[in-house]
Amino acid sequence: MAEEKRLMKGNEAIGEAALRAGVRAYFGYPITPQSELTAYMAQGMIDRKRTFIQAESETSAINMVYGAAAAGARAMTSSSSPGISLKQEGISYACGADMPLVIVNMQRSGPGLGGISPSQGDYFQSTRGGGHGDYYHIVLAPKSVQEAADLTYLAFDLADKWRMPVMVLGDGLIGQMMEAVSFPPEREVASLPKKDWAVGHQADTHREIHHISSLNLDPAGFEKDILKRYARYEEIKKAEVRYEEVNIDKAELVFVAYGTSSRVALGAVEMAKEAGIELGLFRPISLWPFPEKRIAELAARGKRFLTVEMSMGQMVEDVRLAVNGKSDVQFYGRTGGVVPSEEEILAEARRILGR
Amino acid sequence: MANKGKPEIDRERCKGCGLCIRACPMKVLSLDETANSWGYYPSKVVAGEKCIACGNCYTVCPDVAITIYKL
Amino acid sequence: MEVLYGHPKSLKPIQSKYCPGCGHGIIHRLICEVIDEMGLQERSIITNPVGCAIWADLYFDFDSVQPPHGRTPAAATGVKRMLPDHLVICYQGDGDLAAIGTAEIIHAANRGEKFTTIFVNNAIYGMTGGQMAPTTLVGQKATTAPYGRDPGEAGMGYPIQVCELLSSLGGTKYLARGAVDNAANVRKTKQYIRKAFEAQMRGEGFTMVEILSQCPTNWHMNPGQSVDWVESDMIPFYKLGEIKDTLEASR
Repeated sequence: MAEEKRLMKGNEAIGEAALRAGVRAYFGYPITPQSELTAYMAQGMIDRKRTFIQAESETSAINMVYGAAAAGARAMTSSSSPGISLKQEGISYACGADMPLVIVNMQRSGPGLGGISPSQGDYFQSTRGGGHGDYYHIVLAPKSVQEAADLTYLAFDLADKWRMPVMVLGDGLIGQMMEAVSFPPEREVASLPKKDWAVGHQADTHREIHHISSLNLDPAGFEKDILKRYARYEEIKKAEVRYEEVNIDKAELVFVAYGTSSRVALGAVEMAKEAGIELGLFRPISLWPFPEKRIAELAARGKRFLTVEMSMGQMVEDVRLAVNGKSDVQFYGRTGGVVPSEEEILAEARRILGR
Repeated sequence: MANKGKPEIDRERCKGCGLCIRACPMKVLSLDETANSWGYYPSKVVAGEKCIACGNCYTVCPDVAITIYKL
Repeated sequence: MEVLYGHPKSLKPIQSKYCPGCGHGIIHRLICEVIDEMGLQERSIITNPVGCAIWADLYFDFDSVQPPHGRTPAAATGVKRMLPDHLVICYQGDGDLAAIGTAEIIHAANRGEKFTTIFVNNAIYGMTGGQMAPTTLVGQKATTAPYGRDPGEAGMGYPIQVCELLSSLGGTKYLARGAVDNAANVRKTKQYIRKAFEAQMRGEGFTMVEILSQCPTNWHMNPGQSVDWVESDMIPFYKLGEIKDTLEASR
């Protein structure tokens, strides 16, 4: 049963959800706009006598998470875009060694040091496997403080279930804004799923030794292992696609947007209704696995799409791939940390519809 | 000195680095003239009766190719 | 017949890929001897580096975690914090520890992390074929210092004495430097390893044993010449002994 709602900042709600999910180790580094999350974890983890370390860098942090995850613990790190770039090698290793862990990215504008205002410029990095090699990991994109908490709580379960990193992809706006949120009860660490592949406690069962490693110098054997992992990815695609639809049936044009862009698009949908125009919103919640099947279905029914992103156009490529030429896909984006307004998105929709 | 130990060399573990030969104070060991299956010329006990079981050969061996038994 | 000197139980009885004469083999054996003596085989975990010791998990008969290059102390931090009653060994070479991983080792040491670092210093990069390492001596040749390490005009910097560097950090409790070039030094190094492991199991940290190690292949020497070079060239600069010892038991 959820508790009563309270007003919280997005970053802190994510922290509270992680604590309740039974996270045993948090390693992070300050970076705007997510530093409140690191500070919240410091307080919460120290109070619960769990492990908190402010690491020397984002790179060190992801590797501490890797070690803790290898030891069977629920472990997490968080950062924002430039810091997530630093974690890419560690993420590649984690995917190559099938380590469950949770990474939170509160996106800011880039490239480079960029700005501290919100953006969605890390979509490619998150969904294409931003590090080297063939891999994917689950990416969940919340649109509100409540959803950020819910998806963080879920992320730990999915990470354990599928033995992979799970990324919660927010942005600076979600991290900083305050909304009402309620939380599930705190999990008992003893009730968490056991990890019989982890290192440690060999003396309890005298099992064979475990090596956590991503090294594989035998091409044929390595290919087999990767194919096995990709077979698991296919299972994930069947089981973990998440999205939300608003007013799709009546819509003459469907916005495709996630996170903060989706809230702006929703505002445009409502404004359009008042003007007698039916617009819809398709909101991917899982960016990987991407809801390609559903978009393909909508395209086959003749729906037209306007993808709205706070970037120069990244998710739109996945929309185009899913639509596969069966329908029209347009793009509207703002970048540099600019958040589009409902008015400008509505104006673009009207321009496309000629109304 | 009394013969205190019986050194035994695992020919297939030995890589013929020769460090044991240098370490032995009693000249018990020398390089074999017959190679092992890896192509290395392993160390060989040539004067086992001189072994005082000091353990030096075992101590410097990088391949744990030597076992010393108590006599 | 009673075995006086035999194969440690926690070391797998297989031939290693390490070159003939390489110090890694001796160091692996010492670690396993101490683990056997302390009865810790099923409570030991090694984080092994990128470098020649990438192979270490083939030889140690206990759990291992293999992290990205240089991040070994960070991964060891994660492991040891989650499994504080286990023996965690952070095994690194000079590239892993003193080049790409400088931040990780300094901060793990500074935090007083309770794992033991075994730092294998062979003054060269082994696995990748003999490039200059942070510990390469002035004048010593390497593929990336073909005329010898030159801190002057060529701006190649000076060799780093890691034990001394870390000794200024409040979190470091035991920093020792040994060598495996002759039997006496091997025995002394084993004592340092034992002392460090015992400190770890008592809950003290940060402990490290730096071990000067011969690399015949990349020094372009035979094994005999290489152990001579450790004595003639490395030991005068990298002083052997317990560089820092502020362990409770030592007071």
